[in-house]
Parts: sequence; structure tokens; C-alpha cells
Amino acid sequence: MTQRVDRSGQDGTAPPAPVLLEARRVSKVYAAQGKQPRGVRPPLVLDEVDLQIASGDFVALLGPSGSGKSTLLRILAGLLRPTSGQVLFRGVAQHGPNPHLAIVFQSFALFPWLTVLQNVELGLQAQELTRTQRLRRALAAIDTIGLDGFEDAYPKELSGGMRQRVGFARALVVEPELLFMDEPFSALDVLTAANLRKELLSLWRQQKMPTRAIVLVTHNIDEAVSMADRILVLGADPGHIRVELESLPSQQRDPRVEAYTRLVDLIYRIMTSPQTDIETLLAQAHPRPPKGPLTPPKPARPYQTLPHVAISDVTGLIELVYTSGDREDLYQLGRDLQLEVDELLPLVDAADLLNLADPQEGDLVLTEIGKRFAEADVLEEKQIFRQQALARIGMLRHIVADLEQDEGHTVSEDGYLAQLQEHFSEDEARAQLETVIDWGRYAELFSYVEERGIFRLEAPETQEEA
Amino acid sequence: MAQVYVPDDPRVREQLEGGGTTISRAEPPRRRLHRPRHFGVIDLAVFLAVLAAITLLVLAASRWVAPLTPNVAIALSPAVLPAYAGYSLLRMLLAYLLSLVFTLIYGHIAATHRRAERVMLPILDILQSIPILSFLPAVTLALVAAFPHSNIGLELASVVLIFTSQAWNMTFSFYHAAKTLPADLQEVSTVTRLRPWRRFLVLEVPASMIGLIWNSMMSWAGGWFFLMASEQLTLGSRSFQLPGLGSYLQAAANAGNTGALLLGLATLIALIVLLDLLFWRPLVAWADKFKVEQSSGADVPHSPVLDALRRSALVALITRRVFRPLERGLARLLDRLQPLPGSAPPPAQAPPAARVPSLRRLAGWVLAGGLCALVLLGLAFMLRLLVQVPVSTWGTLLVAALATWLRTLAALLIGVAWTLPLGVAIGLSPKWSRRLQPVVQVVASIPATALFPVLLLALVALPGGLSGAAILLMLLGTQWYILFNVIAGAMAIPSDLREATTVYHASGWRKWRTLILPGIFPYLVTGLLTASGGAWNASIVSEYVQFNGHVTSTVGLGASIASAAAATPAPNFPVLLAATLLMAVFVVLLNRLVWKRLYALAERRFTLA
Repeated sequence: MTQRVDRSGQDGTAPPAPVLLEARRVSKVYAAQGKQPRGVRPPLVLDEVDLQIASGDFVALLGPSGSGKSTLLRILAGLLRPTSGQVLFRGVAQHGPNPHLAIVFQSFALFPWLTVLQNVELGLQAQELTRTQRLRRALAAIDTIGLDGFEDAYPKELSGGMRQRVGFARALVVEPELLFMDEPFSALDVLTAANLRKELLSLWRQQKMPTRAIVLVTHNIDEAVSMADRILVLGADPGHIRVELESLPSQQRDPRVEAYTRLVDLIYRIMTSPQTDIETLLAQAHPRPPKGPLTPPKPARPYQTLPHVAISDVTGLIELVYTSGDREDLYQLGRDLQLEVDELLPLVDAADLLNLADPQEGDLVLTEIGKRFAEADVLEEKQIFRQQALARIGMLRHIVADLEQDEGHTVSEDGYLAQLQEHFSEDEARAQLETVIDWGRYAELFSYVEERGIFRLEAPETQEEA
Repeated sequence: MAQVYVPDDPRVREQLEGGGTTISRAEPPRRRLHRPRHFGVIDLAVFLAVLAAITLLVLAASRWVAPLTPNVAIALSPAVLPAYAGYSLLRMLLAYLLSLVFTLIYGHIAATHRRAERVMLPILDILQSIPILSFLPAVTLALVAAFPHSNIGLELASVVLIFTSQAWNMTFSFYHAAKTLPADLQEVSTVTRLRPWRRFLVLEVPASMIGLIWNSMMSWAGGWFFLMASEQLTLGSRSFQLPGLGSYLQAAANAGNTGALLLGLATLIALIVLLDLLFWRPLVAWADKFKVEQSSGADVPHSPVLDALRRSALVALITRRVFRPLERGLARLLDRLQPLPGSAPPPAQAPPAARVPSLRRLAGWVLAGGLCALVLLGLAFMLRLLVQVPVSTWGTLLVAALATWLRTLAALLIGVAWTLPLGVAIGLSPKWSRRLQPVVQVVASIPATALFPVLLLALVALPGGLSGAAILLMLLGTQWYILFNVIAGAMAIPSDLREATTVYHASGWRKWRTLILPGIFPYLVTGLLTASGGAWNASIVSEYVQFNGHVTSTVGLGASIASAAAATPAPNFPVLLAATLLMAVFVVLLNRLVWKRLYALAERRFTLA
């Protein structure tokens, strides 16, 4: 049922396309800064990822934040060195940046002090070309990508869509065998993004570019389904490939086609149920045989990870589900709230963690407590939140217990930070603590003095004054 | 030593940097390029300027290679002023070029080599706190000894002294920018495999350009401040005098020739204003494209001079015929010299490749060992000098340091007392800030040292004599940094916050406490930090003054340094070293204990946006 665009120009019966890029058991560990306590393993970003990209592939890497998809892309590109494992290009192990590859960035990554032409020419500096050859190729790339007339403009004079066109021209001018795209459309408005996606696809399908394979990192499920031939869904903590799915034949990639909606829904379900066994999820869906080996589910991280969300957003989510009858499709929720899946997921996580709602088969269902929470007024809401937070979140319990024991009811953050650093990278540990502080403050469990980094049990006088 | 608070938020930064020099112009200047070019008045002006520059160079060169004339008689006739101004300008220019080269090399290494960084940053911090005149004896004696038969040594000494007042803040600025390059641009440079030199020129230098230009302007102001000190070097019984504006002013003051003094002063001010108009404004306007943020601001700095140069047919011709081919040739050469990154054979392939790094490591060890030996030797030498300083002298120096510290404090307090209300008033009024900020910039770069002789006559007569007058002299040199920063801070207060305070009827002291003081706090701290450093440095020229042929001095560390350097028959090196060390220690400690902490507090609590 696959109908791949075959770069070799032959039809589907041909022998399998040659493997261009291969990752073998690639792992990445956060660079441990400072001393790690003995016996504690530094946190993993990627855990033994195996991946093959063949000639003619258009692969999408899809995953929630924290699944290491950008890290994987950078390791494949040779920008980052894997902690273990290796990356092979045409069977040869790679060291350093791969010269046969170009990247398009989410932020466009244009040099503001260079004109469009100079930015595009920059990609060609590494090639042995005369000045006229370089100029000719750069102008040709600018022409292909529809930037004619803007050669002498500076990036700041262009709109977002035009800037990303420059990004594409700079990547394509080197005629890369591999084109990597790191969320290239997510900084653009909806219409511009759709337009640019369409143009890129037609260049790719009509083989107007010499590129043999494309890797797209995205958090947009529709984008992955409508563009890529293979979709790799990554899981977090640590990053690994949960499942590899074959996308639809190109003529079926249309939101009006039922198969399309089903695939999007399936991926949504996979991504919103990080703990559920992948076989179960696939069985629930229309029987679509997954391609490639399945990775067994990873053991859940033993340490509680808090999603970094504001409680007011969780409240909003719960109330929205409540108004639609205690149960709502997650995909629909994402649409209603105009949230991408990786923005919605942390909210769902938080609701689940606090036992206010349960994700079930792609739906979010309110618990009894969740219903009471939705009906409550502001003060009651806080009351319920405080109860749930204390009952369900170890770190908050821990801090409150310490505060009650301390004579001055004052505790420094340092101990908790050190504890978190045993399980998270330095930045993530800090972020975890900040979420703990935010939630604890909201629940009025303690106050926190930022300058001194201490927790206090009683509310400061100024708060009462206000 | 001088700096302006640069906020992290690009929008605030843009508003700030655009503020002083902005005349909004809807049409981007780039469009004007396409006008047909004819030779015209501008080209004549460019031609004449080039001619003048060449004449100056020839004149200076003939003076430099001439036999050593340690004591040029300084003429006081107005006719010599253009030549003297030219000499001074040339020295400043050379010192600035030296600073620039030093900045790029030192900053690049410190930003890219982590191990080197750990040594280089503290060194820079210490160098920054050593007053220029403490370098004087060693630099002068060494360079004059190196060129005993021509003026080159003496001229170089002067240039190096100016360099020591210019380089450090530029280096810090470049280092910080090179350390915080946008991650995506770094990745692009890696993926496109830019050679190191191209990466340096396409990424590092442009990304740091704006900060570098601002610091360059500050550095020039610092250089002018020590103009007189760097053209008239008194070392024990030997005294050297170089023809230049600084020595002209000094000679006029010594002769009590008020007319010549005022004329010299006018020339200096004219020079500074011209430089601002012909050099810095065009540079700032040109550098606008180096802003990292990608929004097209409505307020683009604009310079008629730059537009004229861009329109000039002569400049275009020279660029096309000389600079472009030169650029290309250089690029080809550098391309050949530096291999493409990643094109080296992978280490697994060849065992000899594995030996090369070890050889390199060996060379590194040898270099490090040599450096260590040098440092140890220097330390031993220093210790030998320091043990010659009797304990009683250390006591005197400590008292002197305290006296100077009190003076700097007084100067800062007076500075804040008058600049705060005025600066806030100017900054909060868009009309006045637009008009006055460029004026303040120019006024701030007029060296207070040039005014000293005029003021001294009046000041020494005051009760307290030089001891009190020194405070005012320090103030003259440093208050501008505070004023400049306060204006910038007041301009950066968001208008919604101002409207909110008006709506809630906060006025008078409450408005100051809730809005203005917190709003300008980071700027005020930066201004005070700069002013404090400047005041310590200025103590040398304000606590020990040569005037009308005799010396007036007061108790203070600056006076100790100046008098040790001028001691007869030879400089008193042990005391000079001890006093310099003491001053460096004081300045570094103050920075660490007071200013850095206040700065951190400002960044954490009082940053807007």
C-alpha cells in the first residue's frame, strides 16, 4: 500500500533503495556539568536509537518536547557527537559535520548583515568554485525558490515566509544529498506555511532538486502525515523511537479522506498515551501494519517528572472538557485550544498527575475530583488543588514536611535542587524546581523568596497587605 | 573603562542605540546607491581628505625617523595648531588600531579556548584596573632604549600609553559578544563548513560590531582624557615632550598664556566634534545592519556623511578597482592557507595523524611551561622590588588609598546628585533627549584634563586646596558616564508603566520610588561602575598637578603613583609598583564586592521587559 516516489526513476518492484544515512545504537547523555554523585547515572537524552534513511526517503521525526528529536537530527547531521554509537553515511562512519547535507532551521538562521544573495552564496564557500560559477548557482537557487528580485535585500526587509525561502535557497544551492529540516514551518503563519509546504513538496516530487532524502523534525501531526512517507514517533524520558509508521499514498494525503483522519487520530492517540503499550494502541486502530521493528516500551522514569505548565491553563482545560460533557477527544481539544500536540500534552499530563482527568483512548475524561474542580469557585478550586498536589506530588509533600519540622519554618532550595540534579540535567532540574515553586505558591503551601532561594511556611506580610 | 548598559532585550537595545543619533527616514539609504554617479564636490572633498592624510603621514614619518629629540620646544603660535592636532590624532589613531587588533585577537582566543579563557579573563580584569601612568616608566624607558637614535621609540611609548587607556573595555565587549553568538548561526557556519577566518569575519566580528563601535567611542574619550599625560612624559630627571595638542595645552598653561590655552582647547573640541560628525556618526549608521534582531526598525540611524560617501563616484571607483580585488586576493590566499573544516582524514585512518596531536600537545606544554617560567620570573622580580618598600611606606600608601577612595566616593555622590534629576528630566522628555543626547555624547568626550589648568587657578585658592579640588577634577572626568546612562535609562522606561503611574496618581517621591529609580537602576549601576573606575584612574592626574612650572600635590594614591614616577633622579620603582598594586587591588575588590553584586541585583530584579 505504499507508493514511494522513487528517486531512481524505477517503479516499486525495484530492489530496495540504497541506505544513505544510518544511525547505529546512538545514545546521548547530557554533558554532566560539575560533579555527579556516585552511583547516579547522568540523564539520557537518547537511548540506543537505530535509524536508516534510504535514497528516496522523506522521513518525519515526530515527538513531544523532551523526546530528543532535535538532538537526534543534530547527531545525524554531525553537529553533535553521540555519547555512544555511530552515524554512517553510505556505510562510512562520520566524524564532524557531513558535507553532503544541508539544514533548514526553525529560526531561519539568516545572517542579518548579509543580503539574500550573500546568505545563499555562503553555503557555497566550502566548494571549489569560481566567482562566476558561485554567483550563477546562487542566482539559480534564488530563482527556483521564488526569490527573484530580492537578491540585494537584507533579511530584515523580508516577511517570515520570504526569509524561510532564503533558508531553503541556502540549503538547496549546495545540492545536498540529504536535506534536514528542523521545524521549518513552525515560525510561520498558517497560510504561509501551507504555501511553502506545497511548493517544497512539488519541488521534491517533480525531482527539481538533486536531494535524495529529506528528514523533517516537527511537532505538527498534520504536517508529518501530509508530507512524509515514513513517520517516526519518538517517546520521551529517555528519547527513543516508539514506532515507525508508513504514511499514506500521496493522493490520499488530504484531510477529507477518511484514511488520513484515521492516521492522524492514531498518531495523536500514540502521542497522548506515552505510558500505553504501542501494540495495544495499534490494535485499537484500523489494522495498519507498522513498518520496521517495534521498540518495547521503556520502563517509566522512576522519578516523578512535572510538566512545566501554569495551573491556570490546567484549570482552563478542565473547564473546557467539563462544558463538553466530562469527556472530549484530545485531537478536538487541541483544535479548540489552537494548541499543537506538544503544547497540549503537558497540560494533559498535569491533569492526569493531579488526578483531575484521565486520558483514555485518545479522549480526556474527567475524574470525580476533576468534575468537582470544574464546578468549584476560586477558593474551592484552590482547596482542591492543594489537596491533590499534596497527595500526588512527592516533592511538594517533601518541602512542606521539611518546613513544618524546621524551627524557623524556613528551608533553603539547595537540597531539593541537588536532589533533582541526580535525575535531571542542570537546566531541567532548575525548571522542575521552578514548577514545584509555582504550583506550591498557587496552592498557598509556602512562600518562596527568590533573592535568597528559600521557602517559608507562612505567607509574608506584604501579601496580606495587598 | 567606560561603558553603557546594554540590555539583553533587543527592542530596548534598539531604542537605546537608535536614540542618540536618529533622524527617521522612511526610505532606506540602500536605494540611493542606484543613482548615477558623477564626479562632484564630494569627490573633491574625499580627494582633499586623502591628500591631507598623506601629507600628515609624510610629516609624521619624517619626524619619527629624525634623530631623537626628547624635548621639542613647544611653539605657542596658532600656526602650529593644525600640525599638532594632526600629530595627536595620528597617535590616537595608531593606538586605536593597536587596541582593535589586540581586541580581536585576545577576545577571539578568550572566547574560543576554554582553558585560555580561565587565565585571560582575570588578567584582563587586572589590566583594566591598572592606571595608565603606572605603565608609563616601564613602557617609555624600554621603547626609548629600543630606538635610541630616533623619535620612533618615544612616539611608540605615547601610542602604547594611549592604548592602555583604550583597549580593555573593547576587548571585554568583543569577548562577551563572541561568547554569546546566536546558536543557529553557529550551526549554519558549521554545516556550511566555513573556514575559521571566514567564520570570524562573517559571524564573530559582525555579531559584535555594534557593541564594539560603542565601546570604541568610549575608548576614544578615554584616550583624549590622557592626551596630555601621554605627550608629556616625566621620568625622574628625564622629561620627554612630544609635539601635539596635549603638550601644547600643557605648555600654554605653564606659560600662563590664556589666549593660547583657549585656542588649543577650541582646536581640541573642534577635532572631537569633527571626528564625531565625519567618523562616528557614519560608522554608527553603517553598522545598523549588524543588529542581530530581524525587525526593520522605523528609526534608522542616519548620517549625511555616509550617504555622501556612498554616492561618491571616487569612493566607488577606489572600492571597485582597489579594495574588491584586494579582498578577493586575500580571500583566495586565506582559503589556501586554512583547510576546510572536516576535510582532514578521519583519525581512525592513519596512525601518524594520531601523533600530530601529541606533538601539538607537547608544543602546548612547552609554551605553557615557558609562560609559567616568565610569570614566576616576573613575580620574583616584583617581590624583590616590593621588599624594598619599608613598612612605614606601606602604611602611608594605605592611608593615601583611603583618602583617594573617599574622594572617589565624594565625586560619585556629587555626580549622582546633579545628573540624576537632570538626566531623568531629559530622558523622560522625548523632545529633549533627542536633542541633547548627541550633545552629551560629545561633551562627555571632551577631556576634562584639558580643562584642568584653567580650573586649577580658581580651585586651588578654595579652602581645602587641591585636596578638595581633586574631587572636582575627578568629577569633571566621570560625571558624564553617569549622566549618559541615566538619560538612557529614563528613555528606556516603558510608556505603559509611566501611564500607569499617572493613572494611579503616583507622583513626587512615590513616583521616583516605584517607577523611576527601579527603572533606571541597571543603567545607574553601569554608570557608577564606569565612573568609579574612571575616578580612580583620574586620581593620578588630579591629585598631582604640574602647573606654571611647579608641582602641587595632596595626600592620595594617585599622587603617590605620579610622584613615584616623577621622582628625581630616577623613578622610584618599588613605591610605584607598591602603589599600583594597591590601586589595582582596591579597584578589583570594589568591583567584586560592590559593583558586580549591584549589577547582578540589577539584572535579576530591575530589568524591564
